[in-house]
Amino acid sequence: MTVETKLALTEQDIRSFSEGNQEPSWMTELRLKALGELETLPMPTPDKTKITNWNFTEFPTHTVESNAYTSLEELPEEVKALVHAEEQKNIYIQRNNTPAFVSLSADLQAKGVIFTDIYTALREHSDLVQKYFMTDGVKVNEHKLTALHAALLNGGVFVYVPKNVVIEEPVQVIYLHDNDSASLFNHTLLVADENSAVTYVENYLSTVEKTTGQANIISEVIVKDNAKVTFGTVDVLAEGFTTYVNRRGVTSRDAVLEWALGMMNDSDTISENVTHLVGDNSEGHVKMVVVGRGKQKQNFTTKVIHWGKHTEGQILKHGVMKDEASSIFNGIGKIEFGATKSNAEQESRVLMLSEKARGDANPILLIDEDDVTAGHAASVGRVDPLQLYYLMSRGISKHEAERLVIHGFLAPVVNELPIEGVKKQLTEVIERKVR
Amino acid sequence: MSTLVIKDLHVAIDGKEILKGVNLTINTNEIHAIMGPNGTGKSTLASAIMGHPKYEVTSGSVELDGEDVLEMEVDERAKAGLFLAMQYPSEITGVTNADFLRSAINARRAEGEEISLMKFIRELDSKMEFLEMDVDMAQRYLNEGFSGGEKKRNEILQLMMLQPKFAILDEIDSGLDIDALKVVSKGINEMRGEGFGSLIITHYQRLLNYITPDHVHVMMQGRVVKSGGPELAQKLEAQGYDWIKEELGIEDETVGQEA
Repeated sequence: MTVETKLALTEQDIRSFSEGNQEPSWMTELRLKALGELETLPMPTPDKTKITNWNFTEFPTHTVESNAYTSLEELPEEVKALVHAEEQKNIYIQRNNTPAFVSLSADLQAKGVIFTDIYTALREHSDLVQKYFMTDGVKVNEHKLTALHAALLNGGVFVYVPKNVVIEEPVQVIYLHDNDSASLFNHTLLVADENSAVTYVENYLSTVEKTTGQANIISEVIVKDNAKVTFGTVDVLAEGFTTYVNRRGVTSRDAVLEWALGMMNDSDTISENVTHLVGDNSEGHVKMVVVGRGKQKQNFTTKVIHWGKHTEGQILKHGVMKDEASSIFNGIGKIEFGATKSNAEQESRVLMLSEKARGDANPILLIDEDDVTAGHAASVGRVDPLQLYYLMSRGISKHEAERLVIHGFLAPVVNELPIEGVKKQLTEVIERKVR
Repeated sequence: MSTLVIKDLHVAIDGKEILKGVNLTINTNEIHAIMGPNGTGKSTLASAIMGHPKYEVTSGSVELDGEDVLEMEVDERAKAGLFLAMQYPSEITGVTNADFLRSAINARRAEGEEISLMKFIRELDSKMEFLEMDVDMAQRYLNEGFSGGEKKRNEILQLMMLQPKFAILDEIDSGLDIDALKVVSKGINEMRGEGFGSLIITHYQRLLNYITPDHVHVMMQGRVVKSGGPELAQKLEAQGYDWIKEELGIEDETVGQEA
């Protein structure tokens, strides 16, 4: 049995939504084409997780109206806590589906940096967006969920760093979810042009406990020749969402893309993180931390595909499963024919804290070239009762001992995260989730 | 003065009885040594007192100043004043030695009464210096990648930081070279005094050259079969265990054999 995938939204609804936002006609057409293909496209097939009964298409309403903020002072405390630097100059806040606040330093504006909500970007930088939007990264017709995303896109951000511009301070985006009827079809499009550098942090934060909508999120990161992007996330989405999150990067020659992904959702989640190392001598590093709790079901597929020569790919992910949570960790290193001297490394580890928690780590190496190096390590296990005994024998309570073991298990990844702010936020979220 | 009283203790592992009625009374200001060949139940006694999850106490009692130790969770035993320096300390990734020790100290204190960071660092530094430990050991992950000798020193460091009433040292001397043995002994001797008692488990007399025990006990077949003063350890060193076996009519001293 499969869930009914027919949408409540008609072609006319999509067209008027797109036109209402004064989108360029190519975008309206792209949406409508995606909508038309929806019925015939297959669902994605995340390895080892059966999603045929998951509901990815039903939601209460396409967009909700929320009030914007006139200053960062008005932000709720939970959000303020995420804005690390007090004088965070480069920040975009989206509240549910409403662009609620944006700020970009005068210096970066002068240098030609673009940092704006996706609607404004479509209106004011149509050609630039069109060049990169769902072309080199994620394709509209990859499967039903990418098409659904394109058709229903209702938020997101566009970041463009021009050639030779190096942004020192992190650029931050906060997607605040505080309305339990809201659905998030957000698209982050980040383009770092030649020789540029940027550190980008995106936070997904639900402040409602339970929700009924969809989160169908795509982030595309295009890293041109010799550019460097550090892309950090801390996702904390509420129970009740069905979350599909696709974060994809494409690197050109000598480019470096570092992912620092904190996957702290309470929703059922399918996460797909793919990095195409296209240019010679480019690098992709993925560091991911997961905490699952309740009856959550999650699937994390992390894939680095080596096309260029001398490319370096590394996947490091650690996850902790509590309660009855279950998680599949698929790690795929793929080296295409011709990608000589490339190196694909990966390590996945899952720690289960209770009898009913489930975890599975599947390391996969697919290699079509001889002159390469590759390696993988994977482990799935339960908390060692002797470790707890040892800690408790020093007077530490069982609960505190478990807390230490969990933090300790995640620390080798958390400590390696390239962004201090993300490290700190993540440590706090982990603390809350394992309490 | 505090007293640890072990009465007719029977302990099994996986259904097999290892301890078959151990009786022992230890006061603070006393150092007891338990000697005996391998496989006679010495380490089982240590683990059972601390509450190792694999050991099942089938009968008997352990009381600390009249409190039933066996009713307590492992952490409660520690907070009541017991400490076990383990033969095989666990390695815990991602938890630094310093963070672990601070958690352990604060676990003994009420909320709001936590040890100040400065005071903690001062104490840790001075004790590590006393035990001739590298300063970087404080920031290394707990026991991870420590050599055998480093692990043993680290156990003694914890002992000195936590200041328990009673410390059980389970083969703290095994695998130590003579210099490390001297340092470890120095730490234990430093603890010696009014408020501290210790039960030292060893099968070598060597350690007792550095720590003079007040009482020496010999274990065989899961029981204490002979007790005496420090001269007993010396006699064992000189003559081995055979004379005791002969005296008691024991052919095989290991657990599972009956006299």
